[in-house]
Amino acid sequence: MTLAVDRPDPAAPVVDKAERRRAQITGGVLVALAAFIVLVFGDASGDATFRLSRPRDVWVIGDLVVPALPVIYVAAALTAFLGARLFLRGGGRWSTLSLGAGLALAVIAFLLWATAGNAFSLTGMLQATVVRAMPIALGALAAVFCERVAVVNIAIEGMLLAGAFTGALMGSLIGGWGGLLSAVVVGGIFGFILAALVVTYRMDQIIAGVVINLFVLGLTSYVSSQVFAEMRHLNNAPVFRAVKLPVLGDIPVIGPMLFHQNIFVYGAFVMVVVSTYYLFHTRGGLRARAVGEHPRAADTLGIDVYWTRYVHVTVGGMIAGFGGAWFTLGSVGRFDENMTGGRGFIALAAMIFGRWHPVGALLAALVFGFSDSLQQKLALLQTPIPSEFLAMAPYVATIIVVAGLIGRARAPAADGKPYIKD
Amino acid sequence: MSMQDTATRKLLERAAPGRVDFENLVVVPLFAVVAALILGALTMLATNVEPATIGRSYLALLQGSVGSLGAISETLTAAAPLILAGLGLALGFRAGLFNIGAEGQILMGGMAAVICGFSFSHLPFAVLMPLCVISGGAAGAFYASIAGWLRAATGAHEVITTIMLNMISYRLVDYMLRLPWVQRPGRADPISQSVPPNAELPALLQWLDPNLRLHAGIFLTLLAVVVVHWLLFRTKLGFEFRASGASPEAARYAGMRASLIIVLAMATAGMLAGLAGANQVLGVLGRASPGFSAGIGFDAIAVALLGRSHPVGVLFAGLLFGALEAGGRQMQVDAGVSIDLIGIIQALIIVFIAAPLLVRALFPWGFRRPDSGDGRS
Repeated sequence: MTLAVDRPDPAAPVVDKAERRRAQITGGVLVALAAFIVLVFGDASGDATFRLSRPRDVWVIGDLVVPALPVIYVAAALTAFLGARLFLRGGGRWSTLSLGAGLALAVIAFLLWATAGNAFSLTGMLQATVVRAMPIALGALAAVFCERVAVVNIAIEGMLLAGAFTGALMGSLIGGWGGLLSAVVVGGIFGFILAALVVTYRMDQIIAGVVINLFVLGLTSYVSSQVFAEMRHLNNAPVFRAVKLPVLGDIPVIGPMLFHQNIFVYGAFVMVVVSTYYLFHTRGGLRARAVGEHPRAADTLGIDVYWTRYVHVTVGGMIAGFGGAWFTLGSVGRFDENMTGGRGFIALAAMIFGRWHPVGALLAALVFGFSDSLQQKLALLQTPIPSEFLAMAPYVATIIVVAGLIGRARAPAADGKPYIKD
Repeated sequence: MSMQDTATRKLLERAAPGRVDFENLVVVPLFAVVAALILGALTMLATNVEPATIGRSYLALLQGSVGSLGAISETLTAAAPLILAGLGLALGFRAGLFNIGAEGQILMGGMAAVICGFSFSHLPFAVLMPLCVISGGAAGAFYASIAGWLRAATGAHEVITTIMLNMISYRLVDYMLRLPWVQRPGRADPISQSVPPNAELPALLQWLDPNLRLHAGIFLTLLAVVVVHWLLFRTKLGFEFRASGASPEAARYAGMRASLIIVLAMATAGMLAGLAGANQVLGVLGRASPGFSAGIGFDAIAVALLGRSHPVGVLFAGLLFGALEAGGRQMQVDAGVSIDLIGIIQALIIVFIAAPLLVRALFPWGFRRPDSGDGRS
């Protein structure tokens, strides 16, 4: 499976027809979005108050008070301008940025409208954003590792679930750190199984992924209803608490967001930095990408394609196992059937959204985390929009973004194809 | 596989016609099922289930799936939606589209069928029932063709868009079930009004025993198998589907309209999934509630893969999964072993069937030897 369908030839200077049409559709969507902002959010009145500090913070800064209606109209006008520009100019360098800016403006307008005449803790929401983004970010990072060596990993969902399950079981038996380590190991085992199925046994990669998802879902649900139901002490793991870093944790807004979190958040950030360095600045990373782009050429140069794939898919599995432990060791300490609830698939979307790059994957995951926490916090403000529609918004946004972006994002060339050595 | 092996294989196939087919179609699946059941038993052993109980649970699995008329009725009832949705997915795979969205298409199809049912309850059975079935198929087709259109017009990959459409469909169903004209009067929880009797797919065997749930949806399913087979292998459109799945480049050079084919293939796949949804609400559930698709859309992916994307294969794979489902329920009741074990067995069966090399490595004596480990890639 290659995830980019038509790849514009980088050597071709002219913007091709498909891209022009894509830009026009995107522009149309943005103009429609602007109209939507004016029509739906145009009835806001009063000031929107965003609380930036919490009562017990060391350094307290004042609330951000914004007059809602004027800013909403400005946001709508800017969105309309960006959309019209995209529609008339038809693509070019700024189309991705315009789409992102347009969606961001829509979110700002929505926030103002929902908060108008009310107060709302922005810091709390941003902190929740980072927390909720982590399993998606880690899953997406795992997918980056696999896809960079041309193995499509649909099994992220299953690996997250396996990590969550192992974290709960082993965490209950031998403590939090032991549970975390076991989750990483079990994730790695499933990565290895995926690699064995697709590299050695040349099974279709999608089928292998679907099978692992089915298998993990079946096994974890089976054990949780057969064993955990009776022996509750096996499903009662300790939870990693948030650790506040000295000084940094006291910075307003940014402190609670980035420096007052649990081990999964710090771990994810470190892993994103390390894997970016590894993939793009070391010999090993270059070899891995070569295997993903042109395995035969890599093989000719003496790189062991099979070995490289085994290693990277296993490491990807370990990262996913770590991310899976977030669900149990990072939040409630208890495993429930199918508790990952499709986040592995969202991670896959985040990876594509983030253009097969660790940093991009993290940013895309943050977008999902943001909408997730936004929806939760806004339930408190009681907006007239049904909560189901708020819950849908990130998925609609993903569709818009993937439709608008994908032509420019490019999958590794050999993605999804088995390599058969002569 | 190198040229040499291919040539040898071709020669062998000519020399011993049927032998290779026999191994692929009968021996491999048989070994796969046996191996999966053995591993399932080991799983039970590992979770402290006594050997006697394991024996009893497999006996219950057999009895609950084919052991009685009631069991067969349950198997067929469980198989029908899997086969319908599986056919749609298989058709998509043939056209090179990996549609994960059957779950959402089932939900949309089911909702449309329910709404049609209680909105036009004054119509006679002969008009209303087909109308509801058709509206279910149409809603599924429409929902899937969104993903098809996005793929054709913008290149957005259908894996991502169909996953997102699934997520959207869950919320959409939750929202619709609370609308005053959909929600059942007097209920606070999200549940729809009931389907009137004159919209239901009629039960077939209730004159024998009122507990037999088998309904006319099974005929719809069989008809769909025949129609999809005809469409794929006997029509120009089916040829275009298969051609653009096998080689999009070649199909384009042959003058096929790639965009149109993508949209049509997605719409047909969605129609079949929508029919599966209509089949569920009109034949089994009688109403819609949150998540009434119950994972059928995901199981159907496995069914389509197991059936090698061939309509007849999908039929048998669906029957197998339906039997496991029905037998699993019996197993849970009789032996107290969780039905989730079935999920493990299903996954293992697919592994062993999709990776013939693995089965050959595990059971070397079941196969002709000269193949020397080189299976089909």
